[in-house]
Amino acid sequence: MKSLNQTKTVEFTRIYALGASRGNQVVTNDDIAGPIDSSDEWIRQRTGIITRKRAGSEQSLIDMAVEASKEAIQKSGIKPEEIGTVILATITFPYQTPSGASLLAELVGAHGAAAYDISAACAGYCYGIAQADALVRAGTSKYVLVVGGEKLSDFIDPTDRSISFLLGDGAGAAIVGPSDHPGISQSIWGSDGANWDKVGMTSSILDFKEGKASWPTLVQEGQSVFRWAVWEMAKVAKQALAASGLEASDLSALVTHQANIRIIDEFAKQLELPDTVVVARDIVDTGNTSAASIPLAMHRLLAEGKVKSGGYALEIGFGAGLAFAAQVVELP
Amino acid sequence: MALSQADVLAGLAELVNDETGIATDAVQMDKSFTDDLDIDSISMMTIVVNAEDKFGVKIPDEEVKNLITVADAVNFITAAQA
Repeated sequence: MKSLNQTKTVEFTRIYALGASRGNQVVTNDDIAGPIDSSDEWIRQRTGIITRKRAGSEQSLIDMAVEASKEAIQKSGIKPEEIGTVILATITFPYQTPSGASLLAELVGAHGAAAYDISAACAGYCYGIAQADALVRAGTSKYVLVVGGEKLSDFIDPTDRSISFLLGDGAGAAIVGPSDHPGISQSIWGSDGANWDKVGMTSSILDFKEGKASWPTLVQEGQSVFRWAVWEMAKVAKQALAASGLEASDLSALVTHQANIRIIDEFAKQLELPDTVVVARDIVDTGNTSAASIPLAMHRLLAEGKVKSGGYALEIGFGAGLAFAAQVVELP
Repeated sequence: MALSQADVLAGLAELVNDETGIATDAVQMDKSFTDDLDIDSISMMTIVVNAEDKFGVKIPDEEVKNLITVADAVNFITAAQA
């Protein structure tokens, strides 16, 4: 009896390059404070956000995803037609089907690549890196384009005091491929469906269709999410670090989902990081961009020279689901 | 051994001071966390988690919204210890 052919596995993977695109409009706290009866000072004190970047009506999620992807592809040195899989992590592509990823693949020249979207909210990019690492190591695809992209401003309520005022728009892209040394550690990931309703939408689109609810917008139970995001997610970050075989002092950077500066600061405190570890705080003038926030923050640390290529970063995404994923990566 | 109300109040006042810088003697039983002490929801949750560690009790998320005054928190922690 004949045996099956299976793919030849690859031992190691790494991120080759990153790309970034942010919304083309700067939205200040004063611009949005009125409908939530708030102020610049109140928003800064509770979130650390001074401005957020939002896309205007002429700038789509796919526009930002294409811009970020083209930068990552160009910097990686590979040709777009070599990309075997395109993964778009997003919760804001405005079509149930087809996927945004298949359009993105076509627009960046990754013609014919396998392409699909994943819905893991603010954990989406790290879910994508976990999948890309597995696809490359399994020999399924040589190169994978992972994009975390959101146009959250299409799904906000200006009068909502729970989350809308935090949110921005953007896309961050990564090329993952084979490596001669370890560049992506084991991903620690999971979900907590018992808390499915802690972050999400105000209603379903069916309720909207049937006139039972207004246009669904994002909402969260901030206090509960804060507790989970800091104390539960710090445990996940410690597990990811332990799985990588590194110590905190081996890290160049901590790149958490850019949810809120208070979460980021308390998170860093719980991890007891040495001063040599740079903590990403892109949120201050980008806002919370959900799946895009980690690659945007990492791209910025590299662009500003705060970390160097070849260093290690602990990245962790967490959000609606509740879903979470963390891994240590070598900085491209 | 369960702590007295006075001990819990003193310990809680230290946690409030650590998180917010508010003087420990300003943390009195009749004070409201939000209206009198101006503690926001995120700081409140940080104090709650630290109180769980300090006093060895569980304070569920749904209970936190009922902790309006310092007395509410002291009474809840004292009862939970028993």
